[in-house]
Parts: sequence; C-alpha cells; structure tokens
Amino acid sequence: MTSARLLFTALFAASIIGFLAGSYRRFRLLLLGKKENRFDRPLERLRDMLVYAFGQKRVMAKPFGVNHTIIFWSFLVLLLPNGEFILQGLFPALTFQRLPIAVLQPLTLAFEAVSLLALAAVVIAAARRLFFAPAYLNASYVKARSVDAFLILGFIGILMMAYFGMHAASIAQGKEAAGWFAPVSTLLSRALAGSSSEGLETVVAVCWWIHALVLLAFMIYIPLSKHMHILAAIPNCYFKNMEPASIPPREEFVAGREFGVGRVVQFTWKDLLDGFSCTECGRCQAACPAAATGKSLNPRQIVHDMKVNLLKNGPFLHNGGAPVLPLIGDQGEGSSREDALWACTTCGACMEVCPVLIEQMPKIVKMRRNLVETHARFPEELLNLFENMEQRSNPWGIAPTERAKWCSSLAVKPFVKGETEYLFFVGCAGAFDARNKGVSVALATVLNAAGVSWGILGKDEKCCGDSLRRLGNEYVFDKAAKENVAQFNEKGVTKVITQCPHCYHTLKNDYRQYGANWEILHHSEFIARLLKEGKLKLKLKHKVSEMGRSVIHDSCYLGRHNGLYEAPREVFSAATGAMPGEMARQKEDSFCCGAGGGRMWMEECSGERINLARVKESLEGKPDTICVSCPYCLTMFEDGLKDIGADRVRVKDIAEVVAAGLGS
Amino acid sequence: MLIVACIKQVPDTTQVKIDPVTNTLVRQGIPIIVNPYDTNALEESLRLRDRFGGRVVAVSMGPPNADVTLRKALALGVNEAVLLSDRAFGGADTLATSCVLSAAIAKLAEEDELTLVVCGKQTIDGDTAQVGPGIATRMGLTQLTLVDSVENLDLKARRIRVRRKLEGRHEIVEAPLPALLTVVREINRPRYPTVPHRLDSLKAEVKVWDNKVLNLDVNTIGLKGSPTCVRRIFSPEREKGEILGDALRDPAGATGLLVEKLVQKDLLPL
Repeated sequence: MTSARLLFTALFAASIIGFLAGSYRRFRLLLLGKKENRFDRPLERLRDMLVYAFGQKRVMAKPFGVNHTIIFWSFLVLLLPNGEFILQGLFPALTFQRLPIAVLQPLTLAFEAVSLLALAAVVIAAARRLFFAPAYLNASYVKARSVDAFLILGFIGILMMAYFGMHAASIAQGKEAAGWFAPVSTLLSRALAGSSSEGLETVVAVCWWIHALVLLAFMIYIPLSKHMHILAAIPNCYFKNMEPASIPPREEFVAGREFGVGRVVQFTWKDLLDGFSCTECGRCQAACPAAATGKSLNPRQIVHDMKVNLLKNGPFLHNGGAPVLPLIGDQGEGSSREDALWACTTCGACMEVCPVLIEQMPKIVKMRRNLVETHARFPEELLNLFENMEQRSNPWGIAPTERAKWCSSLAVKPFVKGETEYLFFVGCAGAFDARNKGVSVALATVLNAAGVSWGILGKDEKCCGDSLRRLGNEYVFDKAAKENVAQFNEKGVTKVITQCPHCYHTLKNDYRQYGANWEILHHSEFIARLLKEGKLKLKLKHKVSEMGRSVIHDSCYLGRHNGLYEAPREVFSAATGAMPGEMARQKEDSFCCGAGGGRMWMEECSGERINLARVKESLEGKPDTICVSCPYCLTMFEDGLKDIGADRVRVKDIAEVVAAGLGS
Repeated sequence: MLIVACIKQVPDTTQVKIDPVTNTLVRQGIPIIVNPYDTNALEESLRLRDRFGGRVVAVSMGPPNADVTLRKALALGVNEAVLLSDRAFGGADTLATSCVLSAAIAKLAEEDELTLVVCGKQTIDGDTAQVGPGIATRMGLTQLTLVDSVENLDLKARRIRVRRKLEGRHEIVEAPLPALLTVVREINRPRYPTVPHRLDSLKAEVKVWDNKVLNLDVNTIGLKGSPTCVRRIFSPEREKGEILGDALRDPAGATGLLVEKLVQKDLLPL
C-alpha cells in the first residue's frame, strides 16, 4: 500500500468516526425528548416524504427554491461519483473506468452536467447572500452572510472544481478519454495541453487531495452545523404531523407534574428533530404577521433557540443535571422571550410555508402552557379573560342568561333532542358582540329561508374555549371541552353549524381529542351546500351594485387550518353574481387580522398593529366592501378602518352578503 | 404571625334576579363566585405573608358547599382554610355573622400571634360593609377600612401604616397592631392560581368548625342573633334618561346644558 493510500485510509476512518460520533451525539439529544407516536400510517408518510423532501414541493413554492432543488438533487446524484472517489481512494482498482464504455460515457456525461449545474447553483446562492439577500435571511443570531452558509457553499463549489480539475488533468495525461461525454473536463484539458507530465501529475494529485480533504471535512462538519438538515430534514418530512390540524395533545392533570414546556427536554423528540431540520431559510419569518409588524416574535428564532438550548444544555442533561440555560427567558440566544411567545396569533402561516414541515406554532403553545399553568405568568390583560371564561364561559364576563338575546327579534327555537337536525352553535362573539349579533341574525334568516331544521342551546351554550387553548390555559380549556362534549352528547347533537372559524376549528379538531365526532360545518360551507342542493334561492338583482367593489379576506382558522378557501368565494359569487376581488396575499398566503391565538384579548403595544397592516393591504384594490367570514376578522377590520379614517369601506360577513341576496 | 383573610361566597350578582313574591334573591341556578373584594383581601394577605413570613388562614362562614370557595383560596396559596358551617349559623345578619367570625378568629389566635385580619370592603350581595368593622369592634382590633395600600408593617414596634381611599382624597393612617383591614379593589391585582396549586387544593383539607367547636350562645348567632329584618327588597325603578342638546354639532352648548342641570339638581359641588 502506498503511503498516500495509507494516509487517505486513516483520514477516511477518522472522518467516518467524526461523522458518526457527531451524528450519534445529536441523536442522543433527540432521545432526551418526550415520547410521541409518529410511526403510524407508514405508506402515507412515505408518500409525503417523497413529495416534500425528494420532490421539494414547498422549497420550490418560491422561485429561488429551484436553486436549492438543483443543489439537493445534484447532491443525491453526486453521491455516486463521490462514493466511487472514496472507494478508489481505498481500493484503487475499484473505479468507474472499468465499466463498459456504453455505461461509462452516459454516466460521465451525467456527472459532468450535474456538477456544472451544482457549481452554477452554489455561485448563484453565494451571490444572492452577498448582493441581494432578502430581509428574511437575517435574524438576530443568524445572518444571511453567516460563515456557516459560505462554508458549505464553498465546500460544494471546491468539490466541483476539484472534480473537473482532476478529470481534465487525467484527460491531458491520456489516462481518461476526451469526448462529448465529458465536455467540461475536455474543454479544461485543452488549457493544460502544453504542461509537462510531472506538472499534470501534480495537478491530478493536488486536485485529488483537495477533493479528498474537502469531502472528508464535509462529513465531519455536517452534524456539527445547521447543515445537519441534510440528515434530519428527510426523516422530518416522514415524521410530519398527519392529523388534520397541528394541535398539541391533551395534558393529564396529575399533582406533582409540571405542565407545558418550560425545559427543553419537555419537548417531544419530534419537536427536537424540527430543530435539527431547520436550515434557517427564513421563510416562516417572512410569513409571520408578528415578525412582519416588528414584534419580538420570529418563528424561526423559536426553533433556533430550542436547538441552541438543547445543544448547550445537552451535556448537563445527559448526566441527569439541571439545565444551565433557561428555555424561556431573556438570556439571549437559546432562550425564547416571553413577549415573543405572547405575540403569536397562531395563524399557522409559518407552518404553511416551511419546506421541511417544521411545526413552530405548537411549540409556542406548549411554552405558553408552561407560563400559564406552572407559573401563572401572562400579560395582565389576560387575567380578566381567564376569570370570565372560567366563571361565565365567555370572554367578556357577560351573564350567560344573556346568550340568547341576539335573537329576541326572531322566533328562534331551542335545539330539541331527536327533533332538531342542526345545532347552530352561535359562539360568544355571535351572541354577545354588538356587531356580530347582526351576523347571527343574518345567518338565522338564511337558515330559515332555506327551511333548515335548526335550533340553539341558548343560555346553556358555553364557550368552545379556543382562546383558552391557544393561550396555553389548558386546565380551564379542558374543563370547558369536557362540559361541551358532555352537553352535546346528552342533547344528541350530531350536526353543528358555526359562524366562527374558531368555534369551527375547536369543535372539529380540538374536540377530537375528547372523542367527539360530529359533523361540524362553517356557515360558508353550509350555505354553499344549501345553494348546491337548491334549497336556498337567491335574488341577484342590484346586489352587485350594493356591494360595490369588493375584496375577500381569508380567515386563518377557516383557510390555513382547515383548507376552506372555496366555500366563501362560491357563496359570495352566488349571492352577488360576481367573484370577490382578491388581496395580494390570499388563501394559503393570507395575512392574519391579528386576533387569533388569544391576541383578540391582548394589547398590541410594539410595532405596527397587525390589523392595520392587513387593512392597508385590503385597501390597495380600492374596495367598497371587505368580505370576511370570521367574527374576529370582522372586528379587526372595522377597528382598523376606523383607525385610518377609511370607515366608509364596509365590512360584511359572508352570511350578511347572502342575507342581503335573499330579497325581502 | 397570623393573618386571617375573611372571604365569602356570593351569587354572581350580574346574574341575580329578585323574586318579586318572596322578596329574596333567586339563588337557584345562579353561579357562585368568591366575593370580588375578598379576592383582593386574599391577595393582600398572601403578599404580606410572602414579604414578612407567617401564615395566612382563610375563613368563611357559609353552607357546606362554600368548601369550593375555600379551595379556591387554597389554590391561591393560603396555608389553611376553615369553613364555619352549622345550621345554627344560618340566616345571620351582619351582627350575628361578625359574632361567629370573631369567635373563629379568636380561636385561631390561641395558637399563633394574630397580626392582621383582612376583609373585602363589602360583599356584592349584601353591600353593607358592616361585617369587617363588626369583627374589629368585637375583638378590639384597630379598625382600618377602605385600605388601598399597606405602606408599612413594623412587626417589632407592632405598628402598621396604611393609606385609606376616601371620597376625593386619601388618608394615611398609622395604628397599632393587631388590626383589621377592609380593602378596596385598587389595592392589588389578585394572582391567578397555578395548576399545581389547583391540584393540591383539591386534596387539601378544609377544616369545618360547627358550633360545637365554637360553642357560642345560640341567641347571639344565626337567625336568633340577628336583629335585622328585611321588610321589602326591590330593584329601584330607573327614571327615563334625557338627551341634552346636540353634543355632536354643538359640544359647548350641550356641556353648558349639562352643567346647568347638574347645578340645578345640586349634584355639582361649587
């Protein structure tokens, strides 16, 4: 064995050990997390992994993502020649050169082409970071021009160049054939044409060693950097959330436990894997309404801080010790600030855009649970909300006996077991909020016009507990959920119509954790069905002119969380004879009104108000009417329009648009 | 140091109706809450204990189901909870109530040095504001009502300095301990119970003392010990309001009319 081969063998062994040791250390950290079953439905998981990881579906949702897809697939293809490279380094006889020409030539062409593409892609990526980095690449602790990013791009670029250099010199030496199948190496070999044989030998050796050293360094470096995502992101797509909504599980209220997540090891292994899967691409940051309006929350930072916290505390935690860096606090990198956690509207925009399906929002809710339940620490304006919810089962603390007052002008029947088909779950806003009572009345009118058998629970209706759950007050939510499920079951409720996407989501998705399995319909969905079935007849005359120019806003809890985008639009066009106008950010990209996640009940003191940002966007199309399908959105838009003196623009719920289309 | 917080469970008065026939509160189906002023009394007691040490005992007189109210106090962190419950205590007015509460507090003070009794300013059902002063008088405690701030507690000199919230002014009073405070809502913001505390409170013991324990003369407690009798209870008729001028178009004119009216009715001290 030559001394060079011996040296390479030793280096290779060292880098494999480095790689395995680094990966194992990360893997052991994952095992510190709590249990979570993400092993069900293997075939669907496999399918999603192919679509999202190998198919790079979300990555390519942004044009620049194509560049990443090129690097990703180049990486996969070039695993072959790099594998050959290592094998040949260990056992010189094992080389592709021994393959039959009919195989070798197309293979060589493929490697050359892919290497060239990869080289171009890393140059473009580096140039983007250097000269036209989008704002979302920069966060508090990780910058667009980070050493980490350039190191990896440099590694890949050098590997490609060394690859070409090595083969060009071999061609010049006459050891490899020139030709159409190796266009880049052949071209480069011409530049080396006049060199001496020693010179060429040196070029080959230098390129070979550069290639070898970079490749081996790369292996050691992967598990130690953010490029751990190369290993973690693919399984992360496999272990994605398969439930219809991303909701943290119920808690068991047993004395002597801690509640929520206050220490990093209270996250599940999947939460921790999210941390290693994050590449700091910043897309969640770009989509987040809180981050966009200058709040301290940045969903990317939440995931980053969790990872840093795990890495810093890991060595101590393994020995059963206490963490040295708190998970929630003002200690800088590795700790999430409380005000950041409270800034989340749980709109889900971060999860919608994450290319590797990281779940940022549930982590925030888990940490809120810890603050509320274990420490009773939360913004002071929530104290009244929590007490009102617990005492009077509505956010305003209004007497439950007032719940049915909205319909005093209508003959609304109570829900009767065995007789009434649909329960209209009015919701707190629909029952108590002056403006939203009008929406309840409009919907009641529509239901009556269609001859639907429906009724209400009246003063027995209780809050669904949406805000409680998103705010982390799981203990009080748990009580509310159990009471509601028991009442529905006792009254024989099977079909429910809601006019609030938050009630809709909570009854439909959250209550599944309590064994509920009713048919829950948002009013837009139900009206669309009535129209389709011909049960609801609308008069179109002059309605379009009454609406004027209109624009539609997607509620986060209807849209992103439940995928209902078409129903409100269908209903709108049926009622007015025209499709509504669209905002720049619509459907999956819709921008939150600012009221979700319990933010409805909190002050918004820092940065621009989220509702103003959205109202301004909605006014770009110079609408006369903004059409919404959520009580919170309705309030936030009306408030926002008043704030900027644009309240000549009306805000209408879809039910009101339909009711107006009924004629009198 | 012993701090006794007196709390009462009351019907949620935002939901209360009066039975026009019997002239009593319709209590059926009305949720029960901790008297809001008492939540501030509890909070102040806990804060003083957290600062100066000692124990807080929550005391309530009421039916057996008042246990729930005391568990809420336990969930907030009081050291002990005592329910004073006996059929003989029933139907008590403020005089008889203060008699029972005083006896219970005196009994608690046998084991520990009584420093403070803290009550809410009044309850939202009776609204008399008499029980606190009643206890202070019976027990010979310094009576400090309408406290909105405890400025100083000097345990060595056995003195307390508080700020009282009076109409249009504040009064700072220094007085000897032991004292009874009645507190207003502005004194603090009550804490929120943590889940671990809530869970512990479900298992904690609420002591129940009946008249066998307190051994009071039956003529001084309950209905028999209550000289007050309710003749009639009713919601006052509200006179119809009136809109003065047009504040939108002529704010100055409307304000002038309002001032005139207030002066006329002698509602504006000039």
